[in-house]
Amino acid sequence: MNGGAVLLAMILLPLIGAAVVALMRSSPVAAKATGLGFALVELVLAAAAWSGYQPGGGRLQLTLSVPWIPAFGTRFALGVDGIALVMIALIGVLVPIVMGSSWAEKLPEGRTPAGFYAQILVLESMLVGVFAATDVFLFYLFFEVMLVPMYFLIGRFGGPRRQYAAVKFFLYSLLGGLVMLASVIGLFVVSGQRLGHGTFDWAALERIASTIPTSTQIWLFLGFFVAFAIKAPLVPFHTWLPDAGAEAPVGAGVLLVGVMDKVGIYGFLRYCLPLFPAASRTLAPLVLVLAVAGILYAALLAVGQSDMKRFVAYTSVSHFGFIALGVFAFSTQAQAGAVLYMVNHGISTGMLFIVIGMLIGRGGSRLISDYGGVAALAPVLAGMTLLAGLSALSLPGTNSFVSEFLVLIGSFPRQPVFTVIATTGMILAALYVLWFYQRVMQGPARGAAVVGALDGPGAATAPEAGAHRKRIDFPDLSIREIVVLVPLAALILLLGFFPQPVLNVITPSVGATVTEVGLSDPVGQGGS
Amino acid sequence: MGEVLAPVAVTGGIAQSAWLLVVLPVIGAFILLVGGRRTDAWGHLLGCATVLISFVYGLMVFIEWLGFDAAERTRELGLGTWFAVNSLQVSYGLRLDPLSLAFVLLITGVGGLIHLYSIGYMEHDPGRRRFFGYFNLFIAAMLTLVLANNFVTLYLGWEGVGLASYLLIGWYQDRPSAATAAKKAFLMNRVGDVGLALAIFLIWRSLGTVQFSEVFARAGQISAPMLVAITLLLLLGACGKSGQFPLQAWLPDAMEGPTPVSALIHAATMVTAGVYLIARCSPLYNLSTTGRLAVAAVGTITLLIGSIIGCAYDDIKKVLAYSTVSQIGYMILAVGLGPAGYALGIAHLLTHGFFKAVLFLGAGSVMHAMHDEVDMRRMGGLRQHLPITFALFSTGYLALIGFPFLSGFYSKDAIIEAAFGAGGSAGPWFGVIALLAAGLTAFYMTRLMLMTFFGEERWRNLRTADGKSYHPHECPPVMWGPMVLLAIGSLIAGFILVSGERLAHWLEPSVGALVPVESTATAIAVPLLTVLVSAAGVAVAWLVIGRNPVPVVKPEPVSLPVAAARADLYANAINEAIIARPGTWLTRALVFVDNKGIDGIVNGTAALLGGTSGRLRRLQTGFVRSYALGMLGAGIVVIAFLVAVSYS
Repeated sequence: MNGGAVLLAMILLPLIGAAVVALMRSSPVAAKATGLGFALVELVLAAAAWSGYQPGGGRLQLTLSVPWIPAFGTRFALGVDGIALVMIALIGVLVPIVMGSSWAEKLPEGRTPAGFYAQILVLESMLVGVFAATDVFLFYLFFEVMLVPMYFLIGRFGGPRRQYAAVKFFLYSLLGGLVMLASVIGLFVVSGQRLGHGTFDWAALERIASTIPTSTQIWLFLGFFVAFAIKAPLVPFHTWLPDAGAEAPVGAGVLLVGVMDKVGIYGFLRYCLPLFPAASRTLAPLVLVLAVAGILYAALLAVGQSDMKRFVAYTSVSHFGFIALGVFAFSTQAQAGAVLYMVNHGISTGMLFIVIGMLIGRGGSRLISDYGGVAALAPVLAGMTLLAGLSALSLPGTNSFVSEFLVLIGSFPRQPVFTVIATTGMILAALYVLWFYQRVMQGPARGAAVVGALDGPGAATAPEAGAHRKRIDFPDLSIREIVVLVPLAALILLLGFFPQPVLNVITPSVGATVTEVGLSDPVGQGGS
Repeated sequence: MGEVLAPVAVTGGIAQSAWLLVVLPVIGAFILLVGGRRTDAWGHLLGCATVLISFVYGLMVFIEWLGFDAAERTRELGLGTWFAVNSLQVSYGLRLDPLSLAFVLLITGVGGLIHLYSIGYMEHDPGRRRFFGYFNLFIAAMLTLVLANNFVTLYLGWEGVGLASYLLIGWYQDRPSAATAAKKAFLMNRVGDVGLALAIFLIWRSLGTVQFSEVFARAGQISAPMLVAITLLLLLGACGKSGQFPLQAWLPDAMEGPTPVSALIHAATMVTAGVYLIARCSPLYNLSTTGRLAVAAVGTITLLIGSIIGCAYDDIKKVLAYSTVSQIGYMILAVGLGPAGYALGIAHLLTHGFFKAVLFLGAGSVMHAMHDEVDMRRMGGLRQHLPITFALFSTGYLALIGFPFLSGFYSKDAIIEAAFGAGGSAGPWFGVIALLAAGLTAFYMTRLMLMTFFGEERWRNLRTADGKSYHPHECPPVMWGPMVLLAIGSLIAGFILVSGERLAHWLEPSVGALVPVESTATAIAVPLLTVLVSAAGVAVAWLVIGRNPVPVVKPEPVSLPVAAARADLYANAINEAIIARPGTWLTRALVFVDNKGIDGIVNGTAALLGGTSGRLRRLQTGFVRSYALGMLGAGIVVIAFLVAVSYS
């Protein structure tokens, strides 16, 4: 099979799936099973794409390009490098898991699982598209259109303040996208001046990148940057994420934080750095300040959250700071770490979101203070939460350690000050994870969501009152829930101890990106 | 200081499968933690078996190593890549050399005995199987730490130990204090871990490698200021893991775990890691006077702090905990003395492993007999009721205070001697403080013995928290059996290891030759002085505590020094005042700012752009169609713009 056809199939198949699922409104179980079936076929396609990719081969592989709007040189062009490929693989893995975890989701009045699963599939298609596009205009299109299914997922299927969160999310992203559009058009105009005909072809633009004057590069860079910084999100563009993450249904939240946010970082790597190398070098300190400030600021905010889902959102903002640091430190180690971080964060935060969803499904509350001592009642749930948490604090042996370590050690030679500050974020990460775990899981069973209303509202908060009364319905994980979590747990450990197959895919592409920025690794084989 | 020996690859022989040393306890942990209740019946046996097999295997490797020349005792076993990106190559690999093998025997030997003891101690705990899973994880992490042949794999074990201790300190999940202590231990360790991580970054930046063999061979290429930074950051790491000043406050709190956990943390694993790290990095410390001085100073401060606070506590486990803080201080002081002290620090570490294990297990046996009572004021006269425990505990006690010809006598004296011989302006200070602390050690340990095993049986008139009377009884053989072996070690290990410098010769390929103390005068005077000072400590304890009745409730108020010692010399208060409380305020302030400030600005701007906030609210009620219309409109504008651009 032609490589590009796999990518095209990965975009089309979920759309077909969505249409089929949407027609099955009357039978929820069949709709869910069909949706899951399509997602699993998509996973197989992702595996096919993975095996068709040659690490160290061409810059872009599995390409496909057909004329689309010839008038302004837009082509429907697909292709992947190692960076896009690992993200597409992550999508393939996460979507079936998300569907499994949403199986028993309590949807708002009047909403059917068919609608929910169809939207997830549409989202999957758009996400694959945004990573696979190699035409800047096509990328822009996917970048904007992917907001629509997410808007519906949050706005129709979310929590009590879903309308507010969805609109905020939508306006924020749309605003960023429109600024980017200005730069996209500017890029087209500039390429017209250089080549005699305007183009949106990424490879062609990359070839002329270094000839664009720095001042022009800076304006174009900033247009993309605003969109990506909102999407990523970097502090101070982050305030939409806690609302969206908190109100989104758990499955959508996983894809929002786990995958969609990564489009921002991916955009830095694929568009900002190669297309505007001089601007990237000039403006790197600005981004690094935002990144490192974000690590500490969001970590402290995570410590102070009282809502479990907002807690996860803030931990993610902190992690995105590490990723941005790795991208703009311009070394192969740091950027490979950053890309691996995007994958690992999707896995570990996905798992954290899902276990918290399971907690909320049992306790009916998102507030940390409504829980306590859950480990005594549901030890397997507690163990899974701890594993996800340990991954979030980058314990060696879990996946996140490798990526965080690569980011930090790779950033250190060029940016020692920023790196040292960022490294202290490790302590804050341990604090927010373990304190969360202590409040929710450890100690005597307590809290309104755990010991229930049996004791009355006041008594539920007193530990002694709860200690001797077990709420009958705080069950441990069901078989379905274990099946959903085991792949994530296995990936956390597998990528913790054997990350090299993924790094082999990533490294040549980030190496090329560092070269495109016009730099080389600060530390060679014999030290600097 | 000698040449750094290049390691040879393991080719053939029994060590070819040395990865089993680590993998066996990993398998044990995995089966016990994932297997669930099905493994309850035999879980504890599996947990012991994996560690004891590791011990036997380690012993076989050790015997094979005895057959090699000193120059060939540093061997490496490569086990493939962990992760690698261009010039950063991190592999799994074992370094089998005299230093790591000494630790392997300590960890699996003493650790294995503590495992056996725990069969009895944890018998009535419904989670015993899970406990052994965590125990195996602990051993596996510690073995990874000492066997790694590069800094990053060492870091894997380093933080793995932190995780295992977190799980075990927080074992009694229903106690909020246990959860807090576990979190505190992990966090203070993380502070140290950041130091270790930064040291690794500096090393890689300087040399482009993280392999021990290459780093040590090329240590001379590192610039002097960089070397100072590296050695100080490594010391920060050591302070976290080994409970050294200023990161000592977690170690006494770690007593919240079951007593065998304390024994494991204090005797066989974890806290010895800092000493190991500095001894392992001796080629770096040999090149940095500043680094060594900082290490020795930290050790000296800590050994003094530990021995002072140890005098004030009435909780039997906390006294032992501060005793550990203090004894590890001796070891850190020793390795801070450089070539004159590396081997001495390791020797004290090994002998301490024996006597501190027997002391902790003995304390566990006392608690077992006394309904988990830890307050020594509620004990007294237990020697008749627990004769075996008393005899074994006394052996550990005598070894710790340096009773002539027992283990501590050899290993601690050697350190005090070396400190006096260190020269410079600091040397005498190190020596005097170490000597003084030996007296304090004798005092607090004698106090502990007197309050627990001698005097009036104060528990006869007391009741437990749930109203029962005390019936002290001797522990079962599965508990005192392992203690017998540890007590034998406490008796003879010092003689075997230190006299004739057996251990120093054995360790030579790893840490270089032991440079003996120059002056023969100190070599004679110091042991004599130490014995005298210790005897004075014992005498004072007897005069103050032994002769007078011990009040059941601790006397208040007390003089300032005692009050300060009871308050851990205000370490927790200081942490609270300068880190915890401002941190809480900062967090609250930031949450407020983020909600009202940044988000407020964003929403306010949006409202402004939309005309009024009322209109924004109406937008937010979700007229999706109007959005679609808006997008369509924007799309048309964009396309028109593009057409205009392309035909212009």
